[in-house]
Amino acid sequence: MFRKLTLTAATALALTTGQAMAAEVETHIEDFAFSFEGPFGSYDQMQLQRGLQVYTEICSACHGMELIPFRTLHDEGGPALPEDQVRAYAEGFEIFDPTLFDGEGDFRPATPADHFPASSLSNAPDLSLMAKARAGFHGPYGTGISQFVNGMGGAEYIASLLTGYEEEPECALEGEPMDGYYNVAFAAGGFPDSCKDDHGKHKVPGSWISMAPPLYGDDVDYADGHSTELHHVAEDVSAFLMWTAEPKMMARKQAGLTGVIFLTVLSVLLYLTNKRLWAPHKKKKH
Amino acid sequence: MAGIPHDHYEPNSNGEKWLHSRLPIVGLLYDTLMIPTPKNLNWMWIWGIVLTFTLVLQIVTGIVLVMHYVPHVDMAFQSVEHIMRNVNGGHMIRYFHMNGASLFFFAVYLHIFRGLYYGSYKAPREVTWIIGMLIYVLMMGTAFMGYVLPWGQMSFHGTAVITGLFGAIPFIGESVQVWLLGTPNGAIDQPALNRFFSLHYLLPFVIAGLVAVHIWAFHTTGNNNPTGVEVRRTSKEDAAKDTLPFWPYFVIKDLFALGIIMALFMAVVGFMPNYLGHPDNYIPANPLATPSHIVPEWYFLPFYAILRAFDQEVWLVIAVNWLSFGIIDAKFFGVIAMFGAIVVMALAPWLDTSSVRSGRYRPMFKWWFWLLVVDFIVLMWVGARPAEGIYPYIALLGSTYWFAYFLVILPLLGVIEKPMTPPATIEDDFNAHYAPDDAGSTTLAKPAE
Repeated sequence: MFRKLTLTAATALALTTGQAMAAEVETHIEDFAFSFEGPFGSYDQMQLQRGLQVYTEICSACHGMELIPFRTLHDEGGPALPEDQVRAYAEGFEIFDPTLFDGEGDFRPATPADHFPASSLSNAPDLSLMAKARAGFHGPYGTGISQFVNGMGGAEYIASLLTGYEEEPECALEGEPMDGYYNVAFAAGGFPDSCKDDHGKHKVPGSWISMAPPLYGDDVDYADGHSTELHHVAEDVSAFLMWTAEPKMMARKQAGLTGVIFLTVLSVLLYLTNKRLWAPHKKKKH
Repeated sequence: MAGIPHDHYEPNSNGEKWLHSRLPIVGLLYDTLMIPTPKNLNWMWIWGIVLTFTLVLQIVTGIVLVMHYVPHVDMAFQSVEHIMRNVNGGHMIRYFHMNGASLFFFAVYLHIFRGLYYGSYKAPREVTWIIGMLIYVLMMGTAFMGYVLPWGQMSFHGTAVITGLFGAIPFIGESVQVWLLGTPNGAIDQPALNRFFSLHYLLPFVIAGLVAVHIWAFHTTGNNNPTGVEVRRTSKEDAAKDTLPFWPYFVIKDLFALGIIMALFMAVVGFMPNYLGHPDNYIPANPLATPSHIVPEWYFLPFYAILRAFDQEVWLVIAVNWLSFGIIDAKFFGVIAMFGAIVVMALAPWLDTSSVRSGRYRPMFKWWFWLLVVDFIVLMWVGARPAEGIYPYIALLGSTYWFAYFLVILPLLGVIEKPMTPPATIEDDFNAHYAPDDAGSTTLAKPAE
């Protein structure tokens, strides 16, 4: 609880980082090996549950997920929590119900039919779709090759951001002190003039982000004994946020695979039909 | 139906005769399906079927999406996520629709470039070409308005950019913009969303009607083919030597091609449905936060690049600005260039002076044509890059070539190029690859064993 409060306070304090966005800010996005990458990749159920725990204990202090109904935590291909656990989990959240108290509305514990609450902080973006909204590093030269070949997407971005806090570079200490925290994966934040060269080009990657470092390692206690190093915790919560953004990924890949196989078989049959149909007209030259 | 001589539908039974004398619909379908088709058509002649199928796919998935979508600025984004999360199979339907737009444009570009290479636009098929260009323009309008409907960041700020283009028209621009957006102050709000939704539902049916006219037109003139030589119409027997009926020969061939395309499409939808989209559209529209790069969908990029290429530092823009007493500024010039790029393409039938139709027999044309293809791809790439550094120069060079191809190279080539002699008949071309056809049409009557 104390941690939540300090995080909230720290973030609320560090509100105003500049919006100036240079055209191409270099960022360090690490290629994490997520289990759901590639045509056959699937979500790791245990990892999603761990990620849910990280979200609940840390992220939810500031961020909301208003597009996600609690009931989907029970869904196949997701965290797949048992129904009673979902119910108990939902009850841990208070939501505002406008139908209560003779239409004046009141707070009540959430049920599985409710959605996760939205954030009450204006500068804490909703996390429901974050893993899809931040998939935009179509490198190199905008060709999207890194995304296509390495499966790099929004989950990589989130994990890189969470592990991307570093000591401020020396050039930043020369000028006015910066608001926020130096992060090598974040492109959209403020940037000191003292770290730009004569042409306005950035000398160091990343920029300054308002969000205080939310994870340090050993932030949670995992029931399954999985490592709680920063790298792992960040990976878990990123995987969970990929699921919240794309909850039907497993069903989609299954449908895609079935469709590709079916259409390939159909194409082979049509090829043979076509070949036979045209055979009398397309005789080999002697 | 006029055109190539062939057997027409003859009603046999009394019931058929009864219907035929009142509504010759069976005859119409028969003649459409059995149309004599040049037998040397290659694999670039499959895109028409792919496009027809894609239009149906878009309409069917679109109608289902509308059952769940809410065209309201406060609910549109959530309703799309509702489709993605709660509607049975909704995520697949939406991804089909979303990527279906990309398939549509992928196919239409190959279809258009097929026409440009084999001279399909040349007499007597100018009307087919013009209608095709109209369809293409309507497709762009439909796709753009569809992209607005999820009311994400790119939807919103893309609308600002595109409607802003109309605002650049001198004198009437502001009124046009007000008329497009439906708000007196040019704000992008509920009225814009509602009318885009309405038009996004309407235009596909207009396209479907134009597709029927497009098919009617080329069924009247007959298909072009890789040689560009016309089917002989001297007699039914001569025509039969150059052609085979559309059913079953080309239906099965096209279905085979469609099967492969759909397998690839299914792989995109199943495994990388967001690859061609822009991530920012998963952020709800926020008028106060403008995305750092506003990038249109990939299929608009070549023309977007042309739009941005003509900035106020280009001498031509400066000259036009001066000559028009400042009425045509850089912004309006860009708009003219963008629409002009499509207009010059539509005018290709009258700009191409060559006596030979197919690019296969035009040694110089080939080089310029392939350069145009490369140019199109370069423009597509540069359209997605920020307008700084070397990119504006590449865009300007690419745009210049686009116009030069249609306005200078096509007219000149007809004069200076010495084309090869195409084969006398389609039959000759076909027999150059295959042994003479002695099976005739007898095999048609024999059902599969």
